[in-house]
Amino acid sequence: MHVKSDQRTRVIFTLNGRERSGHAEPRMQLSDFLRHEMGATGTHIGCEHGVCGACTVLVDGRASRACLMLAVQVHGRRLETVESLAEDGGLNDLQQAFHNHHALQCGFCTAGILMSCSEFLARVPAPTETQVRDMLSGHLCRCTGYTGIVNAVLEVAATRRQFQEGDTEQENNNV
Amino acid sequence: MNAFESPTLDKRSGHIGKRQTRVEDDALLRGQGRYGDDLATPPGTLHAAVLRSPHAHARLTSLDVSRALAMPGVHGVLTGDDVKRWAQPFPVGVRQPMDHWCVAVDKVRYVGEPVAVVIAENRYLAEDALEGVCVGYEPLPVAVDTEAAIADGAVILHEAVGANVVNDRRFCYGDPQTAFDTAERRVSLKVRFPRSSCTPIECYFVLAQYDVASGGYDVTSNFQGPFALHSVMTRALKVPGNLLRLRTPPDSGGSFGIKQGVFPYVVMMGLAARKVGAPVKWVEDRLEHLQASSSSTNRVTEVEAAVTHDGRVTALRLDQLDDCGAYLRAPEPATFYRMHGNLTGAYAIRHLEVRNRVVMTNKTPTGLNRGFGGPQVYFALERLMQRIATELDLDPLEVIRRNLIPSGSFPYRAAAGALLDSGDYPKAVALGIEEGGLAELLERRKAARRAGRLYGIGYTVAVEPSISNMGYITTAMTPEERRKAGPKNGAVSTATISVGPLGDISAHVSSTPQGQGHRTVVAQVIAEVLGVPLESISVNVELDTGKDAWSIASGNYSSRFSGAVAGAVYNAALKIKQRLAVIAAEQWGVDAERVRFGEGRVFVDGGDASASFHRIAGATHWSPGTLPESESGGLRETAFWTPPELVAPDDNDLINSSLCYGFIFDYCGVEIDRITGAVRIDRYVTLHDAGRMLNPDLVDGQVRGGFAQGLGVALMEEFAYGDDGSFISGTFADYLVPTAVEVPEPLILHMETPSPFTPLGAKGVGEGNNMSTPVCVANGVADALGIKDIELPLTPSKVRTLMGFDEPPRPEGVGEEVAKQTPGGSLLTASDSVEIPGTPRQVFDNLLDPDTLAAIIPGCHALELTGENAYRADVTVGVGMIRARFDARVALRDLDPPHALRLSGAGTSSMGSAEGSAKIRLTEIEGGKTRLDYDYEASVGGKVASVGGRMLQSASKMIIAQIFTRLSRHLGGAAPKASLWQRIKRLVTGKGGQS
Repeated sequence: MHVKSDQRTRVIFTLNGRERSGHAEPRMQLSDFLRHEMGATGTHIGCEHGVCGACTVLVDGRASRACLMLAVQVHGRRLETVESLAEDGGLNDLQQAFHNHHALQCGFCTAGILMSCSEFLARVPAPTETQVRDMLSGHLCRCTGYTGIVNAVLEVAATRRQFQEGDTEQENNNV
Repeated sequence: MNAFESPTLDKRSGHIGKRQTRVEDDALLRGQGRYGDDLATPPGTLHAAVLRSPHAHARLTSLDVSRALAMPGVHGVLTGDDVKRWAQPFPVGVRQPMDHWCVAVDKVRYVGEPVAVVIAENRYLAEDALEGVCVGYEPLPVAVDTEAAIADGAVILHEAVGANVVNDRRFCYGDPQTAFDTAERRVSLKVRFPRSSCTPIECYFVLAQYDVASGGYDVTSNFQGPFALHSVMTRALKVPGNLLRLRTPPDSGGSFGIKQGVFPYVVMMGLAARKVGAPVKWVEDRLEHLQASSSSTNRVTEVEAAVTHDGRVTALRLDQLDDCGAYLRAPEPATFYRMHGNLTGAYAIRHLEVRNRVVMTNKTPTGLNRGFGGPQVYFALERLMQRIATELDLDPLEVIRRNLIPSGSFPYRAAAGALLDSGDYPKAVALGIEEGGLAELLERRKAARRAGRLYGIGYTVAVEPSISNMGYITTAMTPEERRKAGPKNGAVSTATISVGPLGDISAHVSSTPQGQGHRTVVAQVIAEVLGVPLESISVNVELDTGKDAWSIASGNYSSRFSGAVAGAVYNAALKIKQRLAVIAAEQWGVDAERVRFGEGRVFVDGGDASASFHRIAGATHWSPGTLPESESGGLRETAFWTPPELVAPDDNDLINSSLCYGFIFDYCGVEIDRITGAVRIDRYVTLHDAGRMLNPDLVDGQVRGGFAQGLGVALMEEFAYGDDGSFISGTFADYLVPTAVEVPEPLILHMETPSPFTPLGAKGVGEGNNMSTPVCVANGVADALGIKDIELPLTPSKVRTLMGFDEPPRPEGVGEEVAKQTPGGSLLTASDSVEIPGTPRQVFDNLLDPDTLAAIIPGCHALELTGENAYRADVTVGVGMIRARFDARVALRDLDPPHALRLSGAGTSSMGSAEGSAKIRLTEIEGGKTRLDYDYEASVGGKVASVGGRMLQSASKMIIAQIFTRLSRHLGGAAPKASLWQRIKRLVTGKGGQS
């Protein structure tokens, strides 16, 4: 499809479980589109060149830099942003762990970090500290020195494993 | 002292000093924070983009905005002429004829200096229209290196001043001359401290409105204070203080001092709003932020100590050059004087001689940056202590210990006037040695060295000043100048507490936090004093100069929250408490001193009377008629607090530059990789005595964050400039900051010696590691390598150089790189050759043909003949992520048909400037072809230059190659055949050729 540079096209996609649509010029960055067209201001913009990671969102489940994507690229796709994390009105386990471990100060980089961590924990249920730090190296946080973030992620991984083992035991007992 | 101050706390609820999780977190973790760019804007808000100078130093010869104004969505362009009409230059902290306008009016003095502001319907359109502003520059010689800038013959930035040293002060305390004359030993050192910034992840934000009826400005910005700068802004805007309503958003994405530097943009966007008659919003991008926002000063220090044989320092001599960049922007030259009273650090050194020179160079103006002045001072002082140990063959820690201010001597008046409030330095060092496991670390070093590894231990002690004296900056003036100007001193903090009709408590502080958790601590203090649940207290930290209590010391700087602001909160809470106690006492017929507060209730000590807090407090609203006569009804108290210890500098230049002085003792074990030169932190121990800790979790958070930033300064961060003043650290790929893999977990130790001067005994703790960590790591590396001259950042390549590493010979068969980069980083030179079909004559004639030229210049939109063999071209060039449309002049010179000619071009764009020339030689070769040899030289400046030399190198190579590919095609051939050299290179390396 050929689109003129100043022509706005309709972008229909799933944002945090709901179908949303908006109009975007071909050059509009996904980060700007989410924030200013969709009102999803939880996703922050820190560098617009893909280094700081503040704008990280999940596109079809993969952590992606919203500043390095165009809005038109998400047409027909599924997006999750930080606004998707809270469950039943309360913080989810990862958010709660960030709170408990003082893993945020100004909170500006936090949204992106939470999204990367969410994807990572789904992929790597039993990470080592080195793996966690390696994953976090895609993000810049200038406030915390990262300690609280690392501890929060490790704790969530351990707790989720415990639960899962508990579930498995339960299932085994039921059998 | 009021009657309720002692005993201060009735039923210790334990809120103060508790590891309390933060009330700020919930919203931030949900993505519900309200940072500047998240706020709703008024209908019709327009968006600004700033056109910036690509030159480090140039005279503005012309400015034509007509093309920009004709572009889609553009509402106006703010220029220097508008600024001259409506505003005036910012006041300067020293008496010198230097004009700093918010938009350049006659000259530009640093790369990135604002030249015009385009205001359009959205950010994209505004940035597009930057291309439409045509600026004429007459480039001038530059002064970039600090020492070169003060040398004879250096170009002067501010001609009216007549020199690049804009402030030169000498200080003498005690009798340093005699101490040096009679010294048993002298040890000296010269150090250079680089520029850096703590780079908050949120950049600057301004939303400005102009009210034409009142002539006033209403601006929301993530400005962090000090609000003394509000006066600087109103002076520039030529309005009284009450016609600049300055507000801050509820949340700010970090600052670390840097967001002080947004203030020129507050003025600029206010004027932009006035220009277009609509609200104007501007959100700075990262490239702008790195290049042109603010930074710490870079400093050159020569330091010398008079020393006894056993390492006791009797006198100190400091000659400091502080490089404040192109303008002395308020509050500079504060970087010098923030540390002045405590220049002798943690040591009992009574004789001190100082020369401070403030230097202007063609670099971005400097300002607050976490640690403010501390990293520069301690880098010199603590490196010197390490050198004393080395030169006298003593243990470095022993040298430190012998010089510490002795126990039991606090408050201690330091040589230059700091009244060090409290502490026990020898005890703290002993504690650090013991609990940090120094003995084991020494063993590790022994073992590592036995195994032939490069391992070193670094030590640092530092005094961390907090709650700065608003008068310290006047130390830059002579006593006589100060007498004329009138004394400046103090540090007023404010807090307001209101209790609503249902007993609900709201508090406001003017501390503009940027992530430190002030709301949590304020709630802790109030909960403790009034005996109410923490959750019932709502704390607002937005500051609105139009209706909040504030003063010049408001804002978030100099680690003033825990000592000063939390102290004011405490005082305001005591006022509320006193009023409620009187009310309850009258109701119950008891003495007010017997009334107690706790667990949400008000009760009588040892009596039966008791009521809920909300009932007693609510009476001030619902039934004021029943209250004691002293009561006016309503319940809202504001406390202003300023410490009497902060007096103006005296006639001998003694200055108590801060109220509190914490103590830090750091040591680290570092290991250096012999092959890569990488510095690995094996262990880092940091001990802090910051007085009483109000919330140890938040204290540790500050320490960890400061440590990570200090480590960045030690190992990777530097705002680097080319010799021509181009900025070459322009992206987060060039300016590296530590990530989770580079930051180890420090061992944090605490000692608590309450400050006698703050209401809660607390001191600041936020900046200590920014001061101590860079030099501690440097001392570790000095110990590991046994070398004297250490320059930060200690990148692997720099460390390899320090190690005296010889580069291994080039592997056989690998040719020399064609392109050579100059140290400046932006001048690119290379040569190459291509084969082109056609005779030299055909090639030559084609090059002289405008149509051919238009066709072969990549990205050429239009080419217009302006003279014989001279053209004006409109060209789009892309380098990396940056694309820019250049207005270029192209000329063909030195014509020697059909053998040689020179193709030269120079262009400017919103992204920077570029110029270059290529000497072309044509030689006939067999097969009716021509070999075209070319040598070219290209230089770039501005944002384009900031993408880094390597990328530019390959980009320019590619663009030049494209020209000749196109020429070859134009002559009916295929892509030109690669030269022999290229073919060989391709055979050898598997790559090369047309890149």
